[in-house]
Parts: sequence; structure tokens; C-alpha cells
Amino acid sequence: MLLEVIVKTLFIVLVMMGAFLPLITWVERKQSAIMQDRIGANRADVFGIRALGLLHPAADVLKLFAKEDVVPAGASRFLHLAAPVIAIVPAIITLAIIPYGGVYEIGGKPVSLVVADLDWGLLYAFAAGSIATYGTVIAGWASNSNWALLGSLRASAQMISYEVTMGLSVVGVFMVFGTLRLTDMAIAQDTTFRLLGFLERFGWVDSIGWLGVLQLPKWGILLQPLGFLMFLTAMMAENKRPPFDVPEAESELIAGYHLEYSGMRFGLFYTGEFLEVPVIGALVTALFLGGWSIPFLPQETILGAITPHFGAGLATGVCIALHVGSFLAKVIFMIWFQMLIRWTLPRFRYDQVMNLCWKVLLPLSLANIFVTGLVLLWSS
Amino acid sequence: MVELTLFYLLAAAAVASAIGMVATVRNTVAAAMSLVVTMVALAGIYVLLEAHLVAVIQIMVYAGAIVVLFLFVVMLLNLRRDEFPPLRQRVSRVVGALVAGAALVPLLRLFADGLPDPRPLPPGFGGYAYTGRALFIDFALPFEVTSLLLLAAIVGAVVLAKRRLD
Repeated sequence: MLLEVIVKTLFIVLVMMGAFLPLITWVERKQSAIMQDRIGANRADVFGIRALGLLHPAADVLKLFAKEDVVPAGASRFLHLAAPVIAIVPAIITLAIIPYGGVYEIGGKPVSLVVADLDWGLLYAFAAGSIATYGTVIAGWASNSNWALLGSLRASAQMISYEVTMGLSVVGVFMVFGTLRLTDMAIAQDTTFRLLGFLERFGWVDSIGWLGVLQLPKWGILLQPLGFLMFLTAMMAENKRPPFDVPEAESELIAGYHLEYSGMRFGLFYTGEFLEVPVIGALVTALFLGGWSIPFLPQETILGAITPHFGAGLATGVCIALHVGSFLAKVIFMIWFQMLIRWTLPRFRYDQVMNLCWKVLLPLSLANIFVTGLVLLWSS
Repeated sequence: MVELTLFYLLAAAAVASAIGMVATVRNTVAAAMSLVVTMVALAGIYVLLEAHLVAVIQIMVYAGAIVVLFLFVVMLLNLRRDEFPPLRQRVSRVVGALVAGAALVPLLRLFADGLPDPRPLPPGFGGYAYTGRALFIDFALPFEVTSLLLLAAIVGAVVLAKRRLD
């Protein structure tokens, strides 16, 4: 039991923080370079080996650790030192609820590939995210700097506003799948549904040919497309990366709430932001992109195809490898997609950010819940 | 055993941060952060009591949203030091002592009578389905009345703010 938890925790932490986190800093530079027709970071070398700039993450961390850790005069020392830690811990503890695989029979008992299989799964992520607000708010206040204070004022207003939309935009998903448990949600998406099945009520299905029998994977993005767009927008706004980076806004607030930070404490804010990118990718995957499931290839089919020839042990092993691989591929796709948005759109104005939240996303998410409820009532 | 240890740790954190809040009352932001620690510790105790949904809501709403709004206002007004007039402080001290005393009476009575034996929990207790059913079926009327109260408060706030703008 204890061993199981340790192995599962090590896996997700090593993949997310050991592999994705350093690679994302490199991908960010390289992708922006490609999109802007530049070469990108390629200078860091060890004995002349440059490895396409892959050594830059290590060089960055070494540089950050070597810098002086400054606490500005007149700052509240304890809160100033604590703020970066408050900012990064929520991103790390969210890793606990990410289901990177399904439920498998190992040694006669079911093993679920998630560290904490909580009944109220996604709410845990929201609760952790709401604590993250304090990191930015306290950082700005405790720095004794006007720019930092302005940045943290913007950050607190933006993050509280988008938390509301973030929660409401996924209520439709809860209603469709009938659960908040992320593992159950992925299992529910491991099937298919008939795209135009509702036409059966009118007896039209036979008259439209192949469209009537068209089966699609039962993914959240197909059942709740509006929910997907709103959730992704709200999560990206929560992360405060461009185009939602008004709290940092280096051209108006210099660097906003982390202006007065140096060395690795500044690095911790950036680490938190970068870590949020794969975490957002993983949450979106679990909710909307079918989690670990492979389209048109449910778990029973994989197990049923391999077990008669090679035994149940190998079948489970292959199944786990395929599912974890499928999950990580989807997360990598979502990371790439977020990078694409980040380097395509310029920063919104502050009033545009707030208008988008309160005047567009909030009414739309409420309408989405209402319509989803009506459809569910009608179809049951 | 683990549960008992966790309980004492969380309870100690809650009490210590509550005392810390009173001690740092002259530094408004530090006091608000102590309040956050108290709320998170209380959420941990709710989890030990199987009230999972209440624990999450405690962190999301109270620790995550309401205290952030406190901090927002504090930072906007830049209340670095205690700026309340002395008369108001005296009144709030008396009111605070009265409320604390009123809360102490049932607690002391409970200690005097001895604690009742715990009853087994109904299945699904504390989950969102159980809490939702209790909220929207058994206690539907109090729930709706409370939401009406909140709506009235929101409308009142808008009216007050708008009068100053006009």
C-alpha cells in the first residue's frame, strides 16, 4: 500500500517536474523563436556540445541559484520570503489528483493510477488554485514597492474573477458524466456515442445514411465544447501567462508583483507558472480529452486481444503503457497549444480581461449549465 | 492513531494562528494571513470529521475568495497601521468579549455533562451528493431564504455605490 503510493507519487512528480518542467522552458524559447523566425537559445554548451540549446534550463537554474537573494528595505521580511513558496506549493499538490492511467488488476486487486483518488477530485484542484492567489497578493504587498502593489491588486482581482468562471464552466461536465471523481470521468470517456442518436426520437435516423450510425469517442470536448473553451480560457487566465499577464505587464508595471524578487525566489514564481502549464494540460485532458483513453480502443478490447495469446500479466502491462502514453501525448499536445496561444496573442488590456470574464464567460457558463440541464432532462 | 495526531496538529495550528491573528491586529495583512492559516487548519479538521465537501468549500470560498477580498480592500486603502478611532475599538472589544462568552457557555456545559457516544455515520456522509440532497431537499427553505438575503445585500451594495457615483 505504502509502496504503491510512493511509486505513483514518484512517477507523476518525475514526469511533471523532472521532465516537463525543464523542457517547457526550452520549448517556450524554441517555439517563440520558430514563430518569430529566429534561431532561439543555443549558446549554453558543455565542452562544446550545445545539444540544440537543451542545456539552457540547467544554465538558467545555476544562474538563479548563484544570484543574491535581496529583501528590499522596508519590506515585511517574513511575508516577503514566504510568498514564492505559497505561489508554487498549490501547483505541486495538484499533481496528486491527476489520473495518468485507468484502473488495472495487479496482483488480484484493482490498482488505480492516480495518487489520491478523491471523491471530490476537481474541487481539490480549485481549492489549491484559490490558495495560489495569496502567493501573488502577498508578494506584491510585502515588497514595499508601488509597482509590485499595483501588480498584486490586479492579480487578486483577476484571479478571484476567473475562479468563478472556472468553477461554473465545468459544472456541465459534472452533469454529463454524473461524477466529480477524475478517474471515473476518464472511464466514462473510454466509450463512444452516436453523434446523432437523439434524432431517433423523431425516427429520422434511417433516412440520413451513414451519419446516423456515426460513432464518436465520448470525450468531454465533444459533449461540452463551450465548457472546454471557457475552462481553458479561465485556467490560462488563472495562470497569468500572456495574453492574460496584466499583473506582470513588464511594459507598464515593469514586472508587477515579483518585481522586487531576485535569485531563486524569483525563479520559484516562474517555476510555479511553468509547472501550471502541464498541470492545466493534464486537467483539460482528464476532463475534456478522454484522459488516458484511446479513441475507438476501449480497455476491454486491448485486454481481450492480448490475454488469450500472451497471458493477463503482459496484457495489463501493454494496456498501462498504451494508456499512460496516450495521456502524456495529450498533455504534450495541450502544452504545445498553450504555447501557441501565448506567442500568438498580445497582452489584453486590463478592462478587456475583466470584461471577458464578467460579461462574456460568466453569462455563457450559466447558460451552458442551463442548456445542459434541459438536454439531460429531455433525454432521460 | 494517525487521525488523533493529525487532529492535535491541526487543532494546535488553528489555535496558534487564531492567537497570532489577535496579536498582529495592528498589521492588517499579517492578521488576514493568520486568518487564512486558521481556516485551512479548520478545513483539515473537517476532513477528519468526514465532512469533505464542507472542507473544500471552506478553502475555496473563505480562505480562497473572502480573505483575498479583505486583502484587496486593505491594499487599496493601504491600511498599514491601525487607523480606527479609539471609541470604535472600545465598542468592538466589548462586543467581541460578549460573543466569545456566549460561545463559551454551551462548550462548558458540554464538558460538564460529558460527551455523548458517537453515532455511526450514514453512507455517503459529507460527499457532494449527500450534502446536496440535504441542502436542496431537507433544508430547501432555509437555503432559499439565505440566498434571498444575500441577493438583498448585493442589491443594497450596488445601490449604495451607485448613489455616490451619481
